[in-house]
Amino acid sequence: MIKEYKNTAVKPEPKGFPWKQVVGLFLSLALTFLALWVALGLSLPVPITLTVIVGLAIIQALIQLFMFMHFTEGTDPSHQMMGIAFGLFVAFAMVAGTLWIMAFML
Amino acid sequence: MAASSLSDSDKRKNMPLEYTTEEGDLRIVGFWIFMASDLVLFSTLFATYLILQGSIGNGPSAKDLFEIGPVMAETIVLLVSSFTCGLGTLELRRHNTKGLIFWFVVTLILGLIFLGLEINEFYVYSVQEGAPIHLSAFLSGFYILLGTHGAHVTLGIFWVICIVIQLAQRGVTPVTARKAFMAGLYWHFLDVVWIFIYTAVYLTGMVI
Amino acid sequence: MIENIKAFLGDFFVTGDPMIYGADVSIALASIAIVVTLTYFKKWRWLWDEWLTTVDHKKIGIMYIIAALLMLFRGGVDAILMRTQLALPNMNFLDADHYNQIFTTHGTIMIIFVAMPFIFGLMNIAVPLQIGARDVAYPYLNALSFWLFFFGAMLFNLSFVIGGSPDAGWTAYAPYAGPELNPSSVGQNYYYIGVQISGIGSLMTGINFLVTIAKMRAPGMTLFKMPMFTWSILITSLIIIFAFPTFTVTLALGLFDHLLGTHFFTIGGGGSPMLWANLFWFWGHPEVYIVLLPVFGIFSEVIATFAHKTLFGYATMVCSMVAISILSFLTWLHHFFTMGNTAPVNAFFSLSTMLIAIPTGVKIFNWLFTLNKGRIEFTTPMLWALAFIPNFTIGGVTGVMLAMAPADYQYHNSMFLIAHFHSTLIAGTVFGVFCGLHYWWPKMFGYLLNEKLGKWSFWVFMISFNVCFMPMYFLGLMGMTRRMYTYPAGLGWGPVNFIITIGAFGMGVGFVIMAWNIVWSAIKGKRDTTGDPWGGRTLEWSIPSPAPEYNFAHIPKVTTRDAFAAMKEDKKRGREQKPKPFEPIHMPNNSGIPFIMSALFFVAGFGFVFKWYWMGIPGLIGVAICMIARSFVYDDHHHIPTDEIERTERATGRLS
Repeated sequence: MIKEYKNTAVKPEPKGFPWKQVVGLFLSLALTFLALWVALGLSLPVPITLTVIVGLAIIQALIQLFMFMHFTEGTDPSHQMMGIAFGLFVAFAMVAGTLWIMAFML
Repeated sequence: MAASSLSDSDKRKNMPLEYTTEEGDLRIVGFWIFMASDLVLFSTLFATYLILQGSIGNGPSAKDLFEIGPVMAETIVLLVSSFTCGLGTLELRRHNTKGLIFWFVVTLILGLIFLGLEINEFYVYSVQEGAPIHLSAFLSGFYILLGTHGAHVTLGIFWVICIVIQLAQRGVTPVTARKAFMAGLYWHFLDVVWIFIYTAVYLTGMVI
Repeated sequence: MIENIKAFLGDFFVTGDPMIYGADVSIALASIAIVVTLTYFKKWRWLWDEWLTTVDHKKIGIMYIIAALLMLFRGGVDAILMRTQLALPNMNFLDADHYNQIFTTHGTIMIIFVAMPFIFGLMNIAVPLQIGARDVAYPYLNALSFWLFFFGAMLFNLSFVIGGSPDAGWTAYAPYAGPELNPSSVGQNYYYIGVQISGIGSLMTGINFLVTIAKMRAPGMTLFKMPMFTWSILITSLIIIFAFPTFTVTLALGLFDHLLGTHFFTIGGGGSPMLWANLFWFWGHPEVYIVLLPVFGIFSEVIATFAHKTLFGYATMVCSMVAISILSFLTWLHHFFTMGNTAPVNAFFSLSTMLIAIPTGVKIFNWLFTLNKGRIEFTTPMLWALAFIPNFTIGGVTGVMLAMAPADYQYHNSMFLIAHFHSTLIAGTVFGVFCGLHYWWPKMFGYLLNEKLGKWSFWVFMISFNVCFMPMYFLGLMGMTRRMYTYPAGLGWGPVNFIITIGAFGMGVGFVIMAWNIVWSAIKGKRDTTGDPWGGRTLEWSIPSPAPEYNFAHIPKVTTRDAFAAMKEDKKRGREQKPKPFEPIHMPNNSGIPFIMSALFFVAGFGFVFKWYWMGIPGLIGVAICMIARSFVYDDHHHIPTDEIERTERATGRLS
């Protein structure tokens, strides 16, 4: 069980440089350009390229989720965590299943 | 979900403003669940697009159509807007109404620039390049996937405008804080979806 | 000019069939009768204040059930028309087009506008009461869900008299449903848009109940102390939340093929008709569990109550439902084994389908062991529950037969399949909602349905169900396929079809007896003065019938499963807790926006059906204005003062 709620107080957060946000932005931009370079700059075999850029997209999504979206907050954050996890499972079943079933279209 | 020693209402007393009421707490959880279901909505559109990507009929292929310049411009604008939106949420946590409104307005402007770029891209493809939505299955999938994301952004813009007005009227209260926080979550979520559009539509289209 | 108007009206209204004119007349007469009655008794204000703007989950539940019963009547009439046409070889009662429209509307209405709202109605009534809550998590959203369902259903039903009904089956398979083979588009657009509008409502209901159950349980009620019906709704909500977005997209893409000329499911332009089947069933199979899991919950409650025992195997019940929720997203291909998939694909989905029979079988044994050595009381709800077990098992076992991909090439789209899914959906869902209706009726209205009439309707309906669907398996094996509007004599199908038709009419009679029971009991039914007419085990029976607006004057403290049974036990032993003073209760305000917004959705939908963008787009703008207006409402709740609570509690005999 995450005890995030203990760290965040109802009193305003202190002022200071928003390191978390700036680092998040920097990482997002870096990953975006890295993916661009992998896709267009290198001429790796297509399956490897696709695997790498999808991997980079997943890392970038996790950065948004944990650095910007306060994913681990709430009176019981396990609710949203299980919700998102089930959503990811169904989304994966949808995309992977459809690509497998309809592979003749690819 | 296991029983913990503190009740929800006890926990809420020590949490950021948007969680302090039961209503706020419930709605934020519900909004997460909504985003999880929206994830499935987009996954269906992605699956459809990927299946139809090669069915170009008499129209152009992804490689013929896509240009990297405008795509990078859209991506950077949206990434930066996610950052400014995050700064807005930070100001919300500092109970600074003016700072929150400032960063939300900046986010709105970036959102409008993104929409402008996307509409221009659609216009270039469908009119100048002669590749409208009804030409091929690939184009149908492309316009509907991106159009659905664009419609989400448009909805987000109207939503944030409403919240900025309410913040100006009332300042940061438990209710406005909850609304601003949820709109922020939504904006970041749309950024996540765009990352996958950038990867699975544009980069993939230019590789294959 | 007049010629033009005449031509337009000839296309606009469905003409040429005496039955349609009959329907026109009866719709007009019923509408006039409603308006006249409401005006004569000066009930318009009452209707608006008490029902159309309500956010009370109990009233919303009642409205869901009324709507579902009306739709069940319509879907049932469709079934009887079809069975009349098929009673004898070479019948001319319906022509082919009309028959196609009727099986399409029958399927769509029964799944989307009967099964779903009936279940939503029962869960609206029972779930907040079972978990000791005063309302759902989002009462305003709950009202919006209901009105979206209602106007979606009305839009779909309008197709019968204006513009023409869809005729591509409830699955609306491409390419037949697409613009190339269905160029007039109107009937198909009714399907896409009507189902879409009510589907948005269903998705919101899913989120609403998931959060309600996750966050609003009475203190002490941990997840593993929840009543089984609440558990089943938790899992159902989860499936709704993740299955419906796919349906939203699928319907929208189908509509775009008609409105925008896109090529998702078309034959030309690179579209893929098979993609429709793939996307449709990705929602469609979980949908089966959306309408089945809640009734598993109802049966669990009813069997435990009338066997006077605690439910056997609580934890395995929960685990099997969780397993079903995951597996239900991995079996969708078994609906189109014959579409030409590769062997590995068919093998995987064949196995996953058989796998899902295991948790379902586990539940059957749990119910049997709950009955074992119980003191069984044969009330009407219990009869429905007991009949469910064998009848549903037949549906389940034939399902495993269909799950074998090579064998499915024989069974596919035969009457065997039709018999199979009616065995699950009638013996499961319909028996279940009837069971729940009789069980919770006193909690809804404060009086019981008549037991004698209830038993009559049960026996007539249940026996007729078997007369109707048992022969149908054999008819399928004899080679008759589904969706044939007639068949020649001499194939040996005639006598079997005739028996099936007798069964169908018998089920109609059973339903009429039930309707009569509702009318009779409303006038002469036995009052429920205790709030606990059945000797219930869960919290909904601890409060008066019908439940007061705020449900619980004091939020109960829960220490165990079957919380109310434990409380009664404590009371017997004299360990009752002393009543505390009342506190003002926080309640949400009524709102007219859900009704108006859904009506505007209806207007927009009607416009898009006919491609009248001048009507559709302003309708959607109206919807957006409603959303913005709601965003600025801050005064959205009130408090019920303590003296009013005291008065209400005294009136129901809860204060001495």
